[in-house]
Amino acid sequence: MNDVPAAKGHAPSLQAIGMTKVFGPLRALDDVSINVDAGSFHALLGENGAGKSTLVKCIMGFYSGDKGQVLLDGQEVSIRSPRDARANGIGMVYQHFTLVPSLTAAENLVISRADAPDIIDWGKETRALAAFMDTMPFRVPLNAQVSSLSAGEKQKLEILKLLYLDQRFMILDEPTSVLTPGEADEMLGLLGGMAARKEITVLMISHKFREVKAFCDHFTVLRRGRFTGSGDAKTVSVADMSAMMIGDTPIRERSGRVQSAGGRDVLELAGVFADDNDGASVVKSVNLKVKAGEIVGIAGVSGNGQSALVEVLSGQRPLADGGIFIRGERFEPNRGAYDKFKVFGLPEEPLKNATVPKMSVAENIAFRSFDKPPVAKLGWWMSPGPMKAKARDLIARYRVKTQGPDAPIETLSGGNVQRAVLARELSGDVDVLIVANPCFGLDFASVSEIRSQIMEQRNKGAAVLLVSEDLDEILELSDRVAVMSGGTINYVSKIEDTDRNTIGQHMAGH
Amino acid sequence: MTVQAADNAVVPVEKTGNLQFLRFAESIAIPVGAIIASALLFAVFLLLIGKDPIQFYALVWTGGFGSSFSIQNSLQRAAPLILTGLAFAIPARIGLTMIGGEGALVLGGFASAAIAIPLVSGGVPPLVTLPVMAATGIITGGLWVGFTGWLKYARGVNETIASLLMSYIAIAIMNFFVEGALRDPASANKPSTMPIGDAYRIGSIPGTDVHWGLAAGIVLAIVLWVLMSRTTFGFAARMTGGNLRAARAQGLPVGWLMVICCMIAGGCAGLAGFFEVAVIHGQANASLVAGYGFTGILVAFLARQNPIAVIPVAILFGALAAAGGVIQRRMDMPDATILVLQGMLFVVLLVSDTLYGRFKIFQVKATGDRT
Repeated sequence: MNDVPAAKGHAPSLQAIGMTKVFGPLRALDDVSINVDAGSFHALLGENGAGKSTLVKCIMGFYSGDKGQVLLDGQEVSIRSPRDARANGIGMVYQHFTLVPSLTAAENLVISRADAPDIIDWGKETRALAAFMDTMPFRVPLNAQVSSLSAGEKQKLEILKLLYLDQRFMILDEPTSVLTPGEADEMLGLLGGMAARKEITVLMISHKFREVKAFCDHFTVLRRGRFTGSGDAKTVSVADMSAMMIGDTPIRERSGRVQSAGGRDVLELAGVFADDNDGASVVKSVNLKVKAGEIVGIAGVSGNGQSALVEVLSGQRPLADGGIFIRGERFEPNRGAYDKFKVFGLPEEPLKNATVPKMSVAENIAFRSFDKPPVAKLGWWMSPGPMKAKARDLIARYRVKTQGPDAPIETLSGGNVQRAVLARELSGDVDVLIVANPCFGLDFASVSEIRSQIMEQRNKGAAVLLVSEDLDEILELSDRVAVMSGGTINYVSKIEDTDRNTIGQHMAGH
Repeated sequence: MTVQAADNAVVPVEKTGNLQFLRFAESIAIPVGAIIASALLFAVFLLLIGKDPIQFYALVWTGGFGSSFSIQNSLQRAAPLILTGLAFAIPARIGLTMIGGEGALVLGGFASAAIAIPLVSGGVPPLVTLPVMAATGIITGGLWVGFTGWLKYARGVNETIASLLMSYIAIAIMNFFVEGALRDPASANKPSTMPIGDAYRIGSIPGTDVHWGLAAGIVLAIVLWVLMSRTTFGFAARMTGGNLRAARAQGLPVGWLMVICCMIAGGCAGLAGFFEVAVIHGQANASLVAGYGFTGILVAFLARQNPIAVIPVAILFGALAAAGGVIQRRMDMPDATILVLQGMLFVVLLVSDTLYGRFKIFQVKATGDRT
């Protein structure tokens, strides 16, 4: 153990020049160049599918680029595998943690070393780690098991791991998506400080303009695999950045919020409890009412019981205790009740939760109607004719791009899968709408369209429950906001009486 | 609805027919390719043990399809395989890997032989006795596999392991009665139930040596194909099999759908057991444990769980089994040689299952921008 990295290693600069990567007919990267100065905190912006991850994967050696070169401190380096990247001091923090949950923080650090010995002298390693931690601007309890750490601590540990391995060019892939706003700001502030002291160079993939404006100094924008702009993050306006990101893609006008006179309560959750797959209670006594013509947003950091709550409401998880009522009547999530109460849903990751990937687009669109006339005759005999006719109509109305109604829905892109689900769920009368992270991973145009569809349902009088990990989405759409933390709702407020900070504090459980 | 058609909304021209044809072609080409690949692999095995692969495959052809006798022999052996193939294919459509066909066949066959004992001794005519026996076989098999399905749905018990173990229990139950309370004292060397007697045996389809079990299997395969592809029940079952979470979110009674599919499966295998008793053996004994239930898994796999495709595949396997004897006599190879070939075929098939969507010629070209 003679190579504990010195904390004062220098921050490298990195240039990627003319990067090109072709996958079959798709040019995922087309002659993209990016220039990250030593000690800068550089944002890489772009929509889903713009080529951001392809670019960083080329830099990290997961893909070998078809063309282009990477220069580190002005010297060309050849990176053929993540091992080469690591040897050159380039490290990456992924959107999802890559720590081993059952090991302690110290164990995670030591095993991450490429040269970890076969027999580890833990006494010596612990002393070396303690010495290393003393030089760091932030700490993580070394002897705590990783599974007991909060998301913010895990993220810090990921970053410490890179520093421990002396990887001073850090690529961060949407690092704040699992953090509370407070945790995110703290972490980005620390990284910004280290970059300013020229201890590290950071390249951060982000969707969030607020963070880019607050913490980054430079940015580069990609669109459809091409470089579309770069500049000083402090001086270029958000409007200009987003113009570079979306180009001339027409964005549907948002549906405005129509003042509603305050309808009566439609959906009521009364003391709802639910357990996770191991029997531990993850939803604890949730009480909430949603009125007709109202969107209630449930904010919260991922993993605080929101997904279990949505699963209960959509029949994917049994109710452990409590009740769900619609217009005062008990609601059991089965087919009859869905039709009777006109309950519809837009779940997150629609390919996983709302469709059967191998079935056709037409069949997927028929999920609500396959057992009713005109598709079903006598209640059991299905005629494909009316099913396809309806699918063709909805495909056109909702602009679903598909090879045809008979194409398996898994061949569609994410935005088009969600449009097909919207077509199925929203084309009739909707009284209750359960929505969970509806725009996760979708491009701008689709996001805008899907949000206005949700608003439109509200304006038509539906009671909408919106569960989202995207606070901006909640702030944009909700009439009232509720915050979920530790499986229970600890804060409810009208949207006009609250702000991002207050919500953020409750998300952190305060 | 107020979604206006935006100017850039180009819904591509449909290539529906083409797409369906390509998927169909792929679903034929890959299993056929797997059969050829495993035949070649087996040829290597034959060369290694010093046998002539060409002679071997020639004998498979002669023994399976070479004469009207061998064709009838193949069809005879295909009959139970169609039914046990269905017993695997139907639960597979709803996402369950049920390998309990053997147990349901044995128990169904035993139950039909057992209920025949009082009816035959009471002089009830065959026209009444045989339908009662068939119904008993179907119901026993159906409840047996249905119970495993219920365990899966209610208690989350792994259905694959449970159905396999249930098969051994089924065989043990039959042995218990056959060697005990229901033993025919005349069956000295091979404990069996009382024979139902020639008057109660089902004959052959007129003009052939093939028994009615083949006709029953073919009819049932067609009926189940219609059920799975043209009815709301089949649609709901395919939804459940394709994505359990989505099926739940659509409020489908997934538990019942599973149990019913399992009961259908057990009924098919139980019916196969009935035909084994009423046509081949005339009584229930250890001969019922002939491995048809397990070969049925292979049949269903090769047929890609399509009830119609089960028919030709079962005939192919019937032919292989029919050829076994010829190969044993003419090439001086053990009867188990055919099992080695089946085993290789199974492994190659499992591998080939990962190849769907990998061949460019079966894919429609992507339609430009896919945001």
